[in-house]
Order: sequence, then structure tokens, then C-alpha cells
Amino acid sequence: MLRLTLSRLVSLAVTLLAVSLAIFLIMEVLPGDPAAIMLGTAAREDTLAALRQELGLDQPALVRYLEWIGGILHGDLGQSITYKMPVATLVAERMNVTLPLSLLAILISTALALPLGVAAAARRDGPVDRAVLVFSQLGVAVPNFWIGLLFILFFSTWLGWFPAGGFPGWSAGLWPAFQALLLPAVALALPQAAVLTRVTRSATLEVIGADFVRTARAKGVDKGGTLRRHVVPNALIPVTTILGLQLSFFFGGAILVENVFNLPGLGRLAYQALNQRDLVVIKDIVLIFSGLVIGVNFLVDIGYALLDPRLRGRS
Amino acid sequence: MTKRLLTAALLLSVSVIPAFAAKTSLVVGMPIEPPGLDPTVAAPVAIREVTWVNLYEGLVRIDRTGKVQPLLAKSWEVSPDGMTYTFHLQEGVKFHDGSTFDSADVKFAFDRARDPKSTNAQKQIFAPITAIETPDPATVVIKLKETSGNFLYYLGWGDAVIVAPETAAGNAANPVGTGPFKFKSWTRGDRVELVRNADYWQKDKTKLDSVTFRFINDAQAQVAALKAGDVDAFPNLGAPELFAEFQKDARFKAVAGNTEGEIVAGMNNAKKPFDDVRVRRALMHAVDRKALVEGAYSGFGQPIGSFFSPNNPAFVDTTKVIPYDVEKAKALLKEAGYGNGLSITIKSPQMAYASRSAELLSAMMAEVGVDLKIVPTEFPAKWIEEVFKNKDYDVTIVAHTEPLDIDIFARDSYYFNYKNDTFKAAVAEAARTTDEKARYAKYAEAQKILAEDVPALFLFQLPKLGVWNAKVQGLWENSPIPSNDVTEVSWSE
Repeated sequence: MLRLTLSRLVSLAVTLLAVSLAIFLIMEVLPGDPAAIMLGTAAREDTLAALRQELGLDQPALVRYLEWIGGILHGDLGQSITYKMPVATLVAERMNVTLPLSLLAILISTALALPLGVAAAARRDGPVDRAVLVFSQLGVAVPNFWIGLLFILFFSTWLGWFPAGGFPGWSAGLWPAFQALLLPAVALALPQAAVLTRVTRSATLEVIGADFVRTARAKGVDKGGTLRRHVVPNALIPVTTILGLQLSFFFGGAILVENVFNLPGLGRLAYQALNQRDLVVIKDIVLIFSGLVIGVNFLVDIGYALLDPRLRGRS
Repeated sequence: MTKRLLTAALLLSVSVIPAFAAKTSLVVGMPIEPPGLDPTVAAPVAIREVTWVNLYEGLVRIDRTGKVQPLLAKSWEVSPDGMTYTFHLQEGVKFHDGSTFDSADVKFAFDRARDPKSTNAQKQIFAPITAIETPDPATVVIKLKETSGNFLYYLGWGDAVIVAPETAAGNAANPVGTGPFKFKSWTRGDRVELVRNADYWQKDKTKLDSVTFRFINDAQAQVAALKAGDVDAFPNLGAPELFAEFQKDARFKAVAGNTEGEIVAGMNNAKKPFDDVRVRRALMHAVDRKALVEGAYSGFGQPIGSFFSPNNPAFVDTTKVIPYDVEKAKALLKEAGYGNGLSITIKSPQMAYASRSAELLSAMMAEVGVDLKIVPTEFPAKWIEEVFKNKDYDVTIVAHTEPLDIDIFARDSYYFNYKNDTFKAAVAEAARTTDEKARYAKYAEAQKILAEDVPALFLFQLPKLGVWNAKVQGLWENSPIPSNDVTEVSWSE
């Protein structure tokens, strides 16, 4: 178990380093001069040069890369070019939106998918199964931002139950903040829930057909007991894998959903920073997103070992 | 639902209080969030739309009709030779941090903007200045090296607001000015909140106690926020196709005005075939501006024939100089040697007005035998790199939003690659001329030269589609300068 954890940690660090280099190189070749974007088309050449110097853009690429990585290792994410404030502060502010949003979406998605998937598999081709298949087919086909737009039209503009976007901040109270996050979280969760439902259904079906389940039934364990004790625990392994992979979709999807609902989260910050070529912010956010996804997959790996005793001995 | 019940309960309990006091808070929606709140160190329009005359004030200001009015300078004299400006300052003015405003602050602010290390986006405003003297705390004397007809006007811009030496460096995150509103908070990505400045030098000038600017980029979300009442006003709505809906709705006031932005399809004048004026004229003849406005901006937006805002008193209508005329376009192309067709590209950024216009232009060009291929590009980053800096393009399309920027056609290094000495001389003389009438005449001449020479396809003025709660009064209909001046806004009861 310890060896498994250690080897996974080393590969995690190596992956992050490779990611940082890739981001840096991509931002180098991406056209766009942050100084020219800040100062617009009327700026004179000497003004542009002054700003480039102020931003440190006149330094060679290697120096800038090392300074960036060195800063991160010291816990300094650098200064945003456009906002002129520490990226760490910006990111912390935005995390307050994106993290609860993603967690809420994961919660909703799992809470929908697991029962639906198992219920569908338990009575294959029954009415529940049919309904679940239609729901999941729709969910996979419809993009989250479009669901978001429909939600706004229906729940905000028409019924007036929810704000039409924006985020009052946690300081405004738990309920208003939760209210602002609920619709986007559902919009974000539905497509992923659909995928997860299908995976849960097929994983459960596969296990139901296995010999040991038939044996359990033959021994006289009732249907519900077989499902609980033998089928679901075994079906959870592929489901956990998919859930881990989906996490990147939750963060990626947050970019679109946060834009539609006008939520000041990390996704929207990333989008704005890319538009404005706020290189420092983009690089940091991509690294943070990558770190989160890699970190979660690390946890999923460890999670397997806990779910599947056979994996504990291997490294 | 709970919110509704709460509101209902609140209304019931409040209704006992006699009469309804008018609301004193305002929520203004803006499409783009400003990057920082200091208009003296960066160009984006959004910075001015939050801060100009709300937070910061200049010696003078531009009013809603585009005219120069006194502000921190209560009066001024210009020497007979036009080279010395003496400003008499308002007394008893305080910055938001409590420090006193005087002539030393004016000198500091302008010297900071002129400094070699300054990153002021409109440094040319300060280029004619040779010396700034402060004979006493209430007087500033500015000496110029040449006469400047627009000097006072430029001092009304956001780039020339007065900042204090103690606080200037931190203004981007924590703005300190002399305006009627003070900075309260900025939830990045969402809103900036301002509150009434109780010590403002013009007592009782403003009726609002607080103003919140909310940043909503998506056009659909803007409409939803207005309809849900989350936002009281959207001075510049991003969805022209939904604007008419608001015009019919009695709860809202929907006003179509003008901005300072000209939408033009710039051509690379140094490159074949655009170096031939006959080709440029032919392409202009091929454009049906009215149909373009209809298709690209739902019919809002005034067609233009040159590069000057209809808000400006020196504006002349030049749309008749090269009118829509397919036959003439074909004849001119034939004369220039392109009778058998011509194949060119247009680099079109992602903004809705640009990509829609590019598609329409492409269809109109096809009518005269020109194959105009659309090449998408990304604004601002990629466009600035490819088109603006490297001049790697045939035709492109953007809105130029700076006020009084006709001189961009006189700049040698500008992306149009346009060189016309007669035009340059006319613009330079207009800029030098201090007599108003003579200056307007010179600008009229410059406009006509551009209309005939067509260095760019002049399409239409970017409209300002304002939508606000019908009870909100005092917002600007046009924007002769990028701003959301809320100093005269109030709610009717």
C-alpha cells in the first residue's frame, strides 16, 4: 500500500512538471502581446516598451519559466497582469465559487446516477430501464450550457425562483449563495449524470450475470441482498474510474456554465485571462486545474485499493 | 419562492410607513469587467465606464452632448498665442482619502502621465506640454510647445483625470479620486460597488447613495438580468436582435444612441490591389450600408461615409460621396483590370457585429464579381498581432471606439498602410487650430478626403443600445466619450 502510494506520488510530480512546461511553451507560441492588449491601438511604441519592462516580458523565455516555477515552489503564484493583484488572492476568491459548484454538481450527478443505474439494471428492459435509457440518452446529447440557458429562461425569467446568474458571495449568507449555485450545478451535473448512469447500469448488468451472483442466489440470498452485498460493491470499481475521469469535465464544463450563469469562478477567470492574454493567470490556472485532476486521479487509484482488496498487494 | 414570500412580508410591513421614498441605489450592467480601475495606466473602455467622473475627475469634463465643461478647474484663460493655459482650480476639494486637492496634484498627475516610464495609453495628450507651473495652490499654468485645438477636450478624457501622489500607485485595485462616489468593494468577476462621497465638493449634486456595476458578458444573460430585475440599467446592451422587444415593453426605456465607435473594414492600402483607388472605390460602391446595418445590427446604427462620429459637432454626412451602385463598382473594377474577378480575404474577429458584417460584405462583393473569403481571427490578442502589428491582411473589420480618432489615418505605422499628405496636412492643421469654426471646417475637409479616397470601407456607427428601468432618469443616450456617468441619475417616485 505504501509502495503504491509512493510510486503514484512520484508519477504525479513528474506529470505536473511536464504539464507546466507544456503550458509555458503553448503560451509562448500563442500570438498576442499582453502589453499591446492593455494599452490598446493608440499606444505609442515607447509606452508599450515601458509596460513590457514593467511586466518583465523583456526577459528571455528560460528566465521567465524558471522564475514562474521557482515562485510556485515558494508558494508565490505571481501578479496578474490585468488585475494587478496577486494571482493567489484571485484564485482563492474564485475557488470559493468553483469548488462548491463542482462538488455540488458531483454530488447531484452521483446521487442521480447510482440509484438510477442500479434500478435500471435490476429490472432490465422494464419500464424503469426504458425511462432511464431515454433520460441518459438525452443527457448525453444536450450540452450543459444549453441546459443552463433553458434553466435561466424557465426558473429565473419566467418563474422568478432563482437569480438569473451572478453570485452574491458567501458573505451574503448560505442560502442566497446556495441558491445562486444550484441551477448551474444541476446544469453541470445532468450530462455527467447521464454518462454515469449508463456506466453504472452496464457495470451492474455485467456483475449480475457473473457466476458468483448466480451462486449467491442459488444459496438462497434474496434479490435485494444479492444486489447490496455482491453486485453493487463489485460494480462500483468501474464507476469510480469514470467518476475520477469525469472530474476534469466538471472543471472544464465550469468554464462554459460559469459564463452562462455569470459566476465569478475559476473557469470564467481562465476564459477572461485567455482573452486578455493575462499569461500569469492562465498558466497558474491551467496548472491548478491539472493539479486537481491529477490529484483526484491519484486519490481514485488509492480508492481502488481500498475498494478492491486484490489491488492492495500490487504496486 | 422563499425570497418572494419574504419580499411580500417585507412590503406589507413597510407599507405602513407613509409615502414611497424614491430608490437611491442603482445597479448598472456592463458586458466587460474592467482590468483594474485606473484609467491613466491602461486603455480598456470598461475602466472608463466605471470610473470616469464617478470616481475620478479631471480639470474639465465632456458633457452628454460632447462639449467641454469645467470640473476641477472652475475657469481658465488661454494666452493670445494659444501656448499658455492658466487654470483656476476649485477650492475645498478633497480626495476620498481625506487629503486636499490642489495645484500640486495636477502637476503630479500630468508629470506622471508624461514620464518616460508612464504607461498612459493616450500619452500624446500630454506631448505638447513643455512645463507645468503652480504659482499658488489654486492655480496651474501649462505651457505648450505648439498650439492645440483639442488640448482642453483631451483633458476631459479618462486618461487625464487627477490622481494624488500618495495613492496613485494603488489606484488600479483601490481607486482614490475626487468624484461624487467612493470605491467600496470589488468582487472580481462579478461587481464593483461605489458609495456616495459625503464630503463631495458639489454638495447635493448626486441623488444616488450607492451604485453597483455588474459584469455580465453573455447577451442572453444580460437580457435575463434586466427582466428578472437583477440589473436596473444596461447602458450598452449586447443583443441588438432583442432590443426591439424592450422598446415595446413599458417597464423599460430602450434608447438607441450613438457611440464614438466607427465600424470600418480597413484595407491594406500598400498591398495590391488596394493600392489602386479605383479598386477601393469599387468595393465601397458594392456595399449597401443600409442592408448591412439591418443584417448585422438589426437596423440600429447610422451608416457612415467617412471616419467621424455623428456625436461630434464637426461631423458632416459623407454617405452620398460613394453610394451603393453595383454597376459603377463593376465598371471601376474593369477599368482597374479586374473585370474577370478578384479574390481577396477578410480577417474577421469573433465579435457578433464583425462576423455578421463580414458575411454580408462577402455576399455583396460576390454581386460585383469579387470573391471575399472570410478568415476568422481572435480579438484582441491575435488581431493585434497579425493585422495591427504585422499588417498581414487584405481586408479586416473592427470598430474604432476612441473619440476623435480620425488622425489614425494620418499615422504612418498604422495598420491601414495609408499615406496621403493632403489628408495629413488637413488633420494636423485641424489639431493646431484653436478657433472653433476654422477647426470644424478643417475636420470637414479631412472627412471628405477620406470619403473620396476610401482607405477603409466606412460602414456604420456602432450604436449605443441602452435599456433601463422606466423609472430611472438621467442616464446618457449617446456616449460622446466612453463612460457611464451616473452623477445625474435618479429614480422617479
